[in-house]
Amino acid sequence: MMQHARKAKQFLADEPRTDWHNQTLWIVRQKRDALAASVPGWETLREKASAIKEDALSHLDTYLEQFETEALKNGVTVFWASDADEFNRIILAIIRKHRAKNIVKSKSMLTEECGLNHFLQKEGIEVVDTDLGERIIQFRKEIPSHIVLPAIHLKKEEIGETFHEKLGTEKGASDPTYLTRAARKHLREKFLAADIALTGVNFAVAETGTVVVCTNEGNADMGVHAAPVQVHCMGIEKIVPRQEDLGVFTRLLARNATGQAITTYTSHYRKPKQGGAMYVVIVDNGRSEYIGNPQYMNSLKCIRCGGCMNTCPVYRRTGGHSYGYVIPGPIGSILAPQRNKQKYKDLPFASSLCGSCDNVCPVKINIHEQLYRWRQELTENKQTPFVKRFAMKALGFVLSGNKLYNMAGSLARKAVRYLPDKLLYLPVNAWGRGRELPVPPKQSFKQWYLKNHKDIKS
Amino acid sequence: MEMKKFKIGLFIPCYIDTFYPQVGVATLELLEKLGQEIIYPPEQTCCGQPLANSGSESEAKATYLNFVKNFQDFDYIVCPSGSCVYHVRHHYDIIEQTTAVKKVRETIFELCEFLTDILQVDDLKIRFPHKVGIHQSCHGLRGLKLSAASELMIQPYSKIHRLLEKAEGIEIIELDRKDECCGFGGTFSIFEPDVSVKMGKDRISDHERNGTEIITAADMSCLMHMEGILRRQKKNIQVKHIAEILNCNAL
Repeated sequence: MMQHARKAKQFLADEPRTDWHNQTLWIVRQKRDALAASVPGWETLREKASAIKEDALSHLDTYLEQFETEALKNGVTVFWASDADEFNRIILAIIRKHRAKNIVKSKSMLTEECGLNHFLQKEGIEVVDTDLGERIIQFRKEIPSHIVLPAIHLKKEEIGETFHEKLGTEKGASDPTYLTRAARKHLREKFLAADIALTGVNFAVAETGTVVVCTNEGNADMGVHAAPVQVHCMGIEKIVPRQEDLGVFTRLLARNATGQAITTYTSHYRKPKQGGAMYVVIVDNGRSEYIGNPQYMNSLKCIRCGGCMNTCPVYRRTGGHSYGYVIPGPIGSILAPQRNKQKYKDLPFASSLCGSCDNVCPVKINIHEQLYRWRQELTENKQTPFVKRFAMKALGFVLSGNKLYNMAGSLARKAVRYLPDKLLYLPVNAWGRGRELPVPPKQSFKQWYLKNHKDIKS
Repeated sequence: MEMKKFKIGLFIPCYIDTFYPQVGVATLELLEKLGQEIIYPPEQTCCGQPLANSGSESEAKATYLNFVKNFQDFDYIVCPSGSCVYHVRHHYDIIEQTTAVKKVRETIFELCEFLTDILQVDDLKIRFPHKVGIHQSCHGLRGLKLSAASELMIQPYSKIHRLLEKAEGIEIIELDRKDECCGFGGTFSIFEPDVSVKMGKDRISDHERNGTEIITAADMSCLMHMEGILRRQKKNIQVKHIAEILNCNAL
C-alpha cells in the first residue's frame, strides 16, 4: 500500500474525527464561496492574478535584480541562497553576527521547507514560532497539517492539554479564549525579549524593494517592531512586478484562504528601523529548475492561500499529515515531487483528480493536470511499484485489441458470477473492502448488440 | 420533433459494456428515437483512461490508436460517460495528431452535451415520478463543463438538470454539497480504497439525508462505486444512469 494510503487509513480509522475534520474545512470552503461571490468579477481577478504571476515568472531574473537594487537603495541587506542548506547557514550567520539569543518567527512555509528550526536547534539556538497554530504544533513537535491553519487537525481539548503541560494552564481547560490569552501572555514575553524577528514573505514588490507579510494575529509586526533586527525569508517566486499588483492579490488571498475580506494585518516592510538592520534572504531551493518547464511552471504561481486544501475531498478526509510533506494537499502533491521524486512518488496518486482545486485556485494553477503529468513522469522513471507497472502493461495489451478485450470482459463477468464470495472478497480485492462488485449481467453490451441489433452489417 | 440527422458512432466504455449493458441499450434506443443513425463499431474496446490515470499513458497508445481506427468515420461519436469523453478530448495529445485523431477528438461528445448542444433537445417528454438526486461526476462537471461548478463565480447552469427537470413527476433533490467528488477516481478507488470508500459513503449520506430515491449521473463509473457501497450497506437507494431515465420517454 502506498504511504499516503496507509496514513489515510490510520486517519480514517476514527470516523467521527474524520467527519469533524472534513466538516471544519468544508465550512472554510463555504465561507470562501460566500466572500468570492461578493466580489464582482472574481473570475476576471483570478485571470489577472495568474497573468501577473506569469509575467513575473517569465522575467524573474529582471524582476529579482530590480527588487535587489531597490532594496539596497532602501538600506536593506540582501542575501541569495541556492538551496536549503545555504539558506539555513545564512540565517545562522546573521544570528551570530548580531550575537542574538532570542529569535521569534512569524509564519513562513519556506523555513519549514528548509528545516530551519531543526537546523538552528542543532546549533543550540531556539526559535519561537509566534503564530498561534505554529506555536501549538511546535510545542507538540509536529509539522503543520495545513499551510494557513497549521493546527487544524487538533481539537481544543488537545490544545488545552498541551498548554497545561507547556504553559501551566489549568488541567482540563479548553476554552479557546482562555487558552489564547495564555498563549498571548507567553508570546508577549518572547516578543519583548527578541533580538531578531524572522518572517516569511507573501509578496515582494520589484519596483519598490518592499516585502509584504499578511497575518491575522499581528505577530509579524510584534516581532519586527520589538526586535532591532528583522529578517524576511522569501522564495524567488514571491516577486510581483509593481506596487499596484498587490491590490489584485490582497483581494484574492484572504477571501480564498479563510473567507475573510482581508487579513487582519497586511504589513509592508521597506527599510530598517533607526539603529536596526533589515535583511531579505531570497531562496531558490530547486524552484528555478521548474521555471523553464512548461508542464510545471504554473505551480510556482502559488500564493499559499490553502484554498485547494479546504476544497480537496481527499485532504479533508485524510488530514495534512497523511501527505508527509510540509505542504500537504493538492498543491503540496505537485510541489513535493519537485523537491524529491523518490520520496514523494505516491503523492500525485493521492487524488481522485476531481479538479476542484483548479477551480478554487486564485492564480489558476492547473493542479489536477499537473498531478496527471507527474503520474506519467514517475511511472516512466520507474518510481512506481513494478507490479503496478507490469499490470498496466498487461492491461494495455488487453485493451488494444478486440479479441483479448472481449475475453477479459467475459472472464470478469463469469468470475463475479461463479466464484464464491470468500474467494472474490479476499483482502487482495481492494474494491471489495467497502463495496460490493457489480452484479454481472448475462451478456455484455457488445454481445447484446451483435445478437439483437437489426441494423448490424458485419 | 424535427431535428438534424447524423451518422453517429456509439462508444460504450469498457465497464459499461462489461457490467452495465442496459446503459448502452438505453443510449442507443434514445438516440434512435431521436432519428439518429447509430452504428456501434464492434471492434471497439476502451478509451485507455485506466492506464493513463495510473501513470502508464505510454502503454495506452495502442488502445488510443484502436479507438481512433474504430471511430474516425462518423459525424459524431457519442458516449454515455463524461470521463471517457474528457480523456479522448484532452489526453489523446500524445499520439501523432493525424487528421483522423484530430477529427475523433473534435467530434466526440458526452450524451447530455450531445443532446443539449448538437441536437438541441428541449423536452424529451419523459414521465419519471421519482425523487432523483443528481451526482455531478467530476470530469463531466469540471472537465466538460456540463454544469457550472460550485467553486466558480459564474452564472449557474446545468445541462443535466435541464434535461431532467422537464420530466413529468420528477422531484430533483437539493443536496448539501451539490458537486463533491464521490471518490471513485478510476484506479484511485483501488490504490486508495479507504478514502475512496469514505468519500462514497459521504456522498450517499447527503442523498439519504435529503430524500433521494434514485441517484443518477452522466457517468456510470461513479454510480458503480456508489452502488457497491449502497449494496454493502444494504441501503434502499437505487442508482440509474441518466440515459436510462431519459430513455423513459414517450417520443
